[in-house]
Amino acid sequence: MKGAVLWLAVVAAGVATFAIKLVGHLLPRHWLAKPQVARVAALVTVALLSALVAVQAATRGGHVVLDSRLAGLGAAAVALVAKAPFVVVVLVAAVVTALLRWAGLP
Amino acid sequence: MRRRAVAPAVSSAVRQAVSVALATGLYGVSFGALSVVAGLDVWQTMALSLVMFSGGSQFAFIGVAGSGGSPGAAIATAALVGLRNALYGPQVAPLIEVTGPRRLLAAQLTIDESTAVGTAQRDPAAARAGFWWTGAGVFLLWNAFTLVGALVGDSAGDPRRYGLDAAAAAAFLALVWPRLSNRTAQAVAGAAVVVALSTTPVLPSGVPVLLAAAVAVLVGVLWRSRPAAAVTDAVASHQSEGASVRRVEEPGS
Repeated sequence: MKGAVLWLAVVAAGVATFAIKLVGHLLPRHWLAKPQVARVAALVTVALLSALVAVQAATRGGHVVLDSRLAGLGAAAVALVAKAPFVVVVLVAAVVTALLRWAGLP
Repeated sequence: MRRRAVAPAVSSAVRQAVSVALATGLYGVSFGALSVVAGLDVWQTMALSLVMFSGGSQFAFIGVAGSGGSPGAAIATAALVGLRNALYGPQVAPLIEVTGPRRLLAAQLTIDESTAVGTAQRDPAAARAGFWWTGAGVFLLWNAFTLVGALVGDSAGDPRRYGLDAAAAAAFLALVWPRLSNRTAQAVAGAAVVVALSTTPVLPSGVPVLLAAAVAVLVGVLWRSRPAAAVTDAVASHQSEGASVRRVEEPGS
């Protein structure tokens, strides 16, 4: 995606996300306040974010590629266990990965 | 008398709101930087933070766009990650009781953090203050820090050299982490990873992630024998975050 197509996608996704928020305010309460609806929505979020972790950490150009990113991700997991704030978790992953690449690893 | 009884609850809600807004706003820096690295320009990055304004959806959009996914895949992924925001409306609307144009504003500010802080208050005035202060505070700081991150990312050069590809993966991990509190969620997370990695070589970029969401829908619909465990956990974890504010660094927006 580039240029106008990317802009269009940014705007469309923004409008879609806003519409989803608005629906929650406009629909009768009992429509959305069902346990099953809430459960599916919670699991969809978990699945999408988990899949994005995997794709971002272990694929490149349509292939599964295992490299220094995994070590960075492992370090981020340790930071999460230690209850580090978000920014620290992200920085730890970047620093560990950058150091390994600086040392010559892929 | 009455004012005295209400005021401490309201000021406590405002204090919570400010600390949540600071913690959440700060990680706008990482969004801004990673968005520019993923190939969006500074204006597109700001448009996401201003219009989409939901951290998980924004990271999802740039994740799919940055890995070469189609516009449709990026839009669908961002929208699906934002689905839970629709479930916050029914919790928030009775607390704030607004009508007309202010409803649009309330909808835009309905995110994990504002819902958590608002619903955690016992006093109605404190609930309103908690929602609006958190929503407005996160909005201002999230956008300000997004701009800082985007400008920094713009001057970073080769993203891989600085490990920024791994940083994006870590951002997703930090977003999903607080949601893995029960077995069902953990199983779905594991299945999502397997589905995404095994289909990556054969499907267009962005589609494996959506396929993983389909797995979650299947599990959520079929797994009726364990009623509502996933949800109540997810909602409870947000509400307790809002109540005590100590863990709000674990973002969820």
